[in-house]
Amino acid sequence: MSKPITPWQTVGPFFGVLLRHDRVVPAALEAPGPRIGIRGVVRDGAGAPVPDAMLEFWQPDATGHWAHPDDPRKPADGFGGYSRGATDAEGCFSLDTIRPGETPGPDGTTQAAHLLVGLFARGLFTRLVTRIYLGDGPGLEADPVLRRVPAGRRATLIATSDGDGVYVHDLCLQGPMETVFFDV
Amino acid sequence: MFTYRRPDPATLPPNNHPPYRSTALRHPREPLVVVPQTLSELTGPVYEHQAPGPLDHDLTRQHPGTPLGERIVVAGRVLDDSERPVSDTVVEIWQANAAGRYAHYSDTHDAPVDPNFSGAGRVRTDGAGWFRFVTIKPGAYPWHNHENAWRPAHIHFSVFGPSFLTRLVTQMYFPGDPLLAFDPIFKAVPDAGARQRLVAGFDLELTEPGLALGYRFDIVLRGPHATPMEA
Repeated sequence: MSKPITPWQTVGPFFGVLLRHDRVVPAALEAPGPRIGIRGVVRDGAGAPVPDAMLEFWQPDATGHWAHPDDPRKPADGFGGYSRGATDAEGCFSLDTIRPGETPGPDGTTQAAHLLVGLFARGLFTRLVTRIYLGDGPGLEADPVLRRVPAGRRATLIATSDGDGVYVHDLCLQGPMETVFFDV
Repeated sequence: MFTYRRPDPATLPPNNHPPYRSTALRHPREPLVVVPQTLSELTGPVYEHQAPGPLDHDLTRQHPGTPLGERIVVAGRVLDDSERPVSDTVVEIWQANAAGRYAHYSDTHDAPVDPNFSGAGRVRTDGAGWFRFVTIKPGAYPWHNHENAWRPAHIHFSVFGPSFLTRLVTQMYFPGDPLLAFDPIFKAVPDAGARQRLVAGFDLELTEPGLALGYRFDIVLRGPHATPMEA
């Protein structure tokens, strides 16, 4: 019998107190690989921007290797893979990073290029987990996680390329384009 | 290969919780999509943190002057759900000052800011999973959720653990606080036993004689289990 985990509670509106003194190392930009930007807005069920959301991103390097002891393949020198930040007064977030590579999936499959996203906010008790796939990348059709998502909702997980290394991707907590969030 | 067991729903506050008004427009209405745990989720940020500074654990010594309020020690262990210590992981806290005011531009509560208190700290757990902070007991404060709403005194905790799946953000409360019975955030945890795990214990052993009272707060994260990979 396992010990029950500590329950989640909301981050509330004042996590900026923590982020102001952040000591996370923004290492991804030091590593080799194409540089990309991801820009978007977090919206609530009324379509209003969410100006007090915290976002965390987790990604592999440009060759799909993770900076973690459980990935025996080593990542590129200087690569970390974790970033975090807050939305601004207009609900906008922005991430500058390197393009993540394709990475192994279950049972010998390959996962298309993606970043994991953790979304936290006042009004959310738990972290919402989603992914951002890069819309111009190969392998989306065969991606083992995307295949679990109802076809009509997959678009909410795929960022649109503007052709200049910048991707646009909004996160919608509710509404007709509600983002797919995962139970993982 | 291993996977992380999904949390017991009795420990998880529902994201749709009308007594906490802000959940209304912010909870997903579609069901969460169940997906397998891949290398993406089984890994996580363990290397991306700078070493905590020498005063990051002591929120009473981060400024030239001493903050006002009751000095306290908050210590505990981070464990996984098999009671194994989670060593060398980052534990972060943030909190209001003794008057119930955050050092944050959006906190408009009419209570004094303390120039000697930022209200943020971080440590790494030791080999046995222990962390220890010295801080000020935060004050209760009013909020706009409902008529005469007050948040009980609390300290926000952020813990990473070894994987993306072990991440936890929660709040620690103080024993005997009469406001707990009225707080829709605390009370949203369905199971009463699970709720009590958010309340620190007064601990005379952790007290610093002549300096600070001690509170014990243990944290349990999802743990790895040697189970067959999910299909």
